[in-house]
Amino acid sequence: MTAMAIPRPAPSGLKPETRPGVLEPSPTHILDVRDYNFWYGARQALFDLRFTIPRRAVTALIGPSGCGKSTFLRSINRLNELIPHTRHAGDILLEGVSVFSRETDPVELRRRVGMVFQQPNPFPKTIFDNVAYGPRINAICREREMPERVERALRQAALWDEVKDRLQAIGTSFSGGQQQRLCIARALANEPELLLMDEPCSALDPAATQRIEELMVELKQTYSIVIVTHNMQQASRVSDFTGFFYLGRLIEFGDTKQIFSRPSDERTEAYITGRFG
Amino acid sequence: MTGLVAVLSFTAVLALVLILADLIAKGASSLDWSFFTKNPVAAGATGGGVANAIVGTGIIVGLAALIGLPVGIGTGLYLAEYGSGRLGWIVRFVADVLNGTPSIVIGIFAWTWLVKPMGHFSALAGSVALAALMIPMIARTTEEMVRLVPHSLREAALALGYARWRTSLRIVARTALAGIVTGCLVGIARIAGETAPLIFTALGNLNFTVSVGQPMQTLSLQIYQYASGPFDEWHRLAWAAALVLMGLVLLLAVGARWAIRQRHGAAR
Repeated sequence: MTAMAIPRPAPSGLKPETRPGVLEPSPTHILDVRDYNFWYGARQALFDLRFTIPRRAVTALIGPSGCGKSTFLRSINRLNELIPHTRHAGDILLEGVSVFSRETDPVELRRRVGMVFQQPNPFPKTIFDNVAYGPRINAICREREMPERVERALRQAALWDEVKDRLQAIGTSFSGGQQQRLCIARALANEPELLLMDEPCSALDPAATQRIEELMVELKQTYSIVIVTHNMQQASRVSDFTGFFYLGRLIEFGDTKQIFSRPSDERTEAYITGRFG
Repeated sequence: MTGLVAVLSFTAVLALVLILADLIAKGASSLDWSFFTKNPVAAGATGGGVANAIVGTGIIVGLAALIGLPVGIGTGLYLAEYGSGRLGWIVRFVADVLNGTPSIVIGIFAWTWLVKPMGHFSALAGSVALAALMIPMIARTTEEMVRLVPHSLREAALALGYARWRTSLRIVARTALAGIVTGCLVGIARIAGETAPLIFTALGNLNFTVSVGQPMQTLSLQIYQYASGPFDEWHRLAWAAALVLMGLVLLLAVGARWAIRQRHGAAR
């Protein structure tokens, strides 16, 4: 593993060493998935996932449609539990603390884990309000510090120069690519520790896709990113690590270069070379 | 096929045009300053107006809206956001039954539960009866409008760290706001013209009053009394009152249209 960086201090208030069953945050990875299984009603969607997601790197999850990549992503911020008749077994640890533990408030968890969706989904409100929504609700900063924070998030999302004179324009009136970068800015304004991206470019044209990809490379200096993608080239271009999902199982996980050049599983090779999927 | 549909729609529009034309022909000439500012005069005498009925309509409908809108909108939000279980099914069923209940039945119930125990007719009882008519209507429209809000917006808010109730109020209800407002305006327009439930509750009053504990006149009651009375002068005023009531309802309908346009304007 190559892209390791300086470990972050544990988030204040968590004090992991004093809680039973809670581990010290790892210096190398932000997320630790332990024998995670997930069911929609009687249908099992995820089987015995066991892997770790490295810190300050882009991790791509690839695989054919319906193989559980998005389901896994939505397990991390517990969006899945809003769907009736779902259940899980096993555990997912964020910075050493189970996201499912009683002490983890799902609302606080979702502030720490940002998410960008497949379809750009800005609120039908102004650019400014879209970005300020998260910080406002989570009381991250004072209202008078908000313009600065909004600007920072928009700059991080490489959108500032295009919208700085139109902050009061309605977010839904922009192009698809701009809307998606607005959604990224909205997620970043919360200063998440982990950013989940569920096929963020699938609704965008090549030029907009390129912008988002460049953005991801910049963002991994500060954030840990997990991206679900159907686009092999995209995964190989932007990610440091790649996991291949097939029928709800993680078939292979490793360095992106290794996965794309010398996959150890023949199913991975078949998928990457386009023989199925 | 297109021709048939065109003929049918023309018939529907024709009814409205004929009613309006007739109302204007027979009522417009009586619309003068004193019609709006004076109270009714003694039976048989000429002159006078329906100021008491106009104010009464405003008070009774306003009070009904004050009771009915919060309850109706709240119920609709509940049904759309949390109403997938058994309780939701029951509430939805009750609302549908109530929606189909003839308004005169609602009036009789309001008489049994409010007028009789209180010992006298009152505007308040009329407002409660109208609110009961309004609540299921508002609840079901609100539910429909809230369901139209894309799921992706809900998820966006939840993923930003919004609690579920806050997502419902701040994102979902706000996005559906124009639709909800439209539903409310249509609901108000609908009860503004109701007569049957008011006969048993507000009763009517030839004098001017703003006391909600007393019997009170509304335009619909005035039309009912004057149109079925023996005097030409009453008939004249009834036509004019009908024109005013119709204008009021049209105004609310135009308002509802405008609210819809605002929504689509904002979405683009």
